Amino acid sequence: MRRSTPRLAGTALVLVVGLAVAGCSSKSSDDTGSSASSTGGTAALSIQPLVQIDNKGAEVKVDNSGTPANPAGDASAKCDPVTIAMAGALTGPNAALGINILNGATLAIDAHNAAAPDCQVAIKQFDTEGDPQKATQVAPTIVGDASIIGLLGPAFSGETKAVGPVFNQAGLLSLTASATNPDLTKNGWTNFFRGLANDAVQGPSVAAYMVNTLKYEKVCVVQDDSDYGVGLAEQITSGLGDAADSSCNAKVKTGDKQFDAAVQQVKDAEPDAVFYAGYYAEGAPFASQLKESGVTAAFVSADGTNDPQFVKQAGNAAKDAYLSCPCGPAPDQFATDYQAKFSTAPGVYSVEAYDLATIMLLGIDSGVKDRAGLIDWVKNYDGDGLARHYKWESTGELASALIWIYQVK
Amino acid sequence: MSSVLLPGAQVLTDPMIGFDLGALARNFWALTIDGLTYGSIYALVAVGYTLVYGVLRLINFAHSEIFMLGMFGVYGTLLLLGFTPSGNAYNEGIPLTIMYLGIALIGGMIVAGTSAVGLERVAYRPLRKRGAPSLVFLITAIGASFVIQEFVHFVLPKLTNGKLGGVNAQQPIRLVEPVDVFSVFGATVTNIEIVIILSALVLAFATDRFINATKFGRGIRAVAQDPVTATLMGVSRERVIMLTFLIGGVLAGAAALLYTLRVPSGIIYSGGFILGIKAFSAAVLGGIGNLRGALLGGLLLGVMELYGQAVFGTEWRDVVAFVLLVLVLMFRPTGILGESLGRARV
Repeated sequence: MRRSTPRLAGTALVLVVGLAVAGCSSKSSDDTGSSASSTGGTAALSIQPLVQIDNKGAEVKVDNSGTPANPAGDASAKCDPVTIAMAGALTGPNAALGINILNGATLAIDAHNAAAPDCQVAIKQFDTEGDPQKATQVAPTIVGDASIIGLLGPAFSGETKAVGPVFNQAGLLSLTASATNPDLTKNGWTNFFRGLANDAVQGPSVAAYMVNTLKYEKVCVVQDDSDYGVGLAEQITSGLGDAADSSCNAKVKTGDKQFDAAVQQVKDAEPDAVFYAGYYAEGAPFASQLKESGVTAAFVSADGTNDPQFVKQAGNAAKDAYLSCPCGPAPDQFATDYQAKFSTAPGVYSVEAYDLATIMLLGIDSGVKDRAGLIDWVKNYDGDGLARHYKWESTGELASALIWIYQVK
Repeated sequence: MSSVLLPGAQVLTDPMIGFDLGALARNFWALTIDGLTYGSIYALVAVGYTLVYGVLRLINFAHSEIFMLGMFGVYGTLLLLGFTPSGNAYNEGIPLTIMYLGIALIGGMIVAGTSAVGLERVAYRPLRKRGAPSLVFLITAIGASFVIQEFVHFVLPKLTNGKLGGVNAQQPIRLVEPVDVFSVFGATVTNIEIVIILSALVLAFATDRFINATKFGRGIRAVAQDPVTATLMGVSRERVIMLTFLIGGVLAGAAALLYTLRVPSGIIYSGGFILGIKAFSAAVLGGIGNLRGALLGGLLLGVMELYGQAVFGTEWRDVVAFVLLVLVLMFRPTGILGESLGRARV
């Protein structure tokens, strides 16, 4: 045994090296072949905006008549140096969202500072990792910094719920580009404003769109076990009414990648569409496995899957999927500028962050100097942005908040 | 609130837990085939748990991470071969695809095998030298599992310039598109399922022969039975331990390739955990320490958990798997085939 082990290992090593060399040399010869065949005749898929809908699922034409507010509006503006804070996940598993928001806001602030030499506004970033507990540690620092007169954030609903009272007490404007839990505006906070539709709008709107516009008569609502997925599935199911087929309301687990039984259940029901209430990490393999087992029903999902990662991982199975989002699409010019500055395409909530930062900047240009002034400015604001018209009700919700339907094309 | 008064009626009307034998009957064969596919993957991973237990009386909880590293090995090999992840299936023709799969298989086996041996060297051998109690090994195994996960999560993307590892699952490289080949009683069997089940059977058979009919296998069985006597008879215990980890790792690497064929978007730092627990349960189900028990347990668990999902609802999969485990252990505390690598009967 002792003698033969090295020999065996040696033989194995030679074999492996030989194979590796063979593999490497074959790479160059058919490299072109493989990359050509990989595309399979389809151009790279991406998530494209399709239509803006109201809570009846009917299309709302985008009103292009107004001019979106420009952060570089007033070149002669004069102001004392002030700071806007941004709080959200900048590291950790959900960092992508926070970075989308930070980049969007940075774009607005840079445009403003370049145009107005006598009014330089700084942005300070505060990383919460999207974690309510971390956010409570960060919040006092933000409140204690006297140069900060407005806050863009917090980014997520959980952390907003946790630290909202702190900002409210300090009278610091809290303008969120992404926290969509409907209950946040029911706390009586006078400093909290939401720059997009909340979750209570999304579910019914998308359900109505599926029934009224896409004319689905039988939909399987599949949910994961997160708060988000469970809540969304409830709203979608009640919104769909008779169209929701209870025989195929499969439930999956976050972190899971094998969905055979759920797929089988859906396959049995032969629905017109599958609505997936959950995140892209499970949504992408679920969509692939549905497609692979021959399910032809349309795949519909919401903002949890509205992420380039969904398309990356599901590949062709993502084609034609409908993904809703309270977030607005990026206009071409914005996308170009964003790409040039950050060498990546704008993501979900980048446009909202740009719009909301712009609103604060316009306030500063108009002479707002302190926290109370900025809250007043936002409360009375009425103007167009890149994504939508911004005018708030006294609760902090937008007067008119609509949902966008995107499609993978 | 009325549900408090009528608990019985609540259970019947509440859709939370269903009972639908019809769904099982309708899809019996489709579920069986899917179950066998996953079951054979569980079985291959389970061998790693069972062999190490047989030789060291150690539950190597980090084995699920060896499997996960195997997936990254497979993926990395494909990247080195010049494949670019696109999410869409490549179409290379059968001979080339088999060759690429073979190379990826070897890549996965090398990565998983060396990491298993490395893990043994770094984490377990020093403890063994100092004669640490078995609880310390267990904690070390759990710790090693975290270390490997977080390595892939945070360090690997920095080392590979973001190509491997990180928060998100790897963008899939699909070498094989599933194609229906034939059908059994109305359930279609795809090429991927055939490849997975057949390869797993071949590997299982080869492992069984290796343990039962070669000199190395005899060494492993000898150390499992009685380490002291085996050492006196001239069997190097350290070498046997290394070999055991190597076999477990290599099989986990093979399982990793098969798994990524079936679930191409499952390559993520956390992707080994659930599968590892299933494979461990399979090993216990069949009788831990028993090679054939691990294989049988894997297949059984794979099939039963899909039947359970069809009957009780998809969210009950893990519950069904573990209820089955508890039921079996109630009547056969040492598993279906009994705990036996350490006994004379293998």
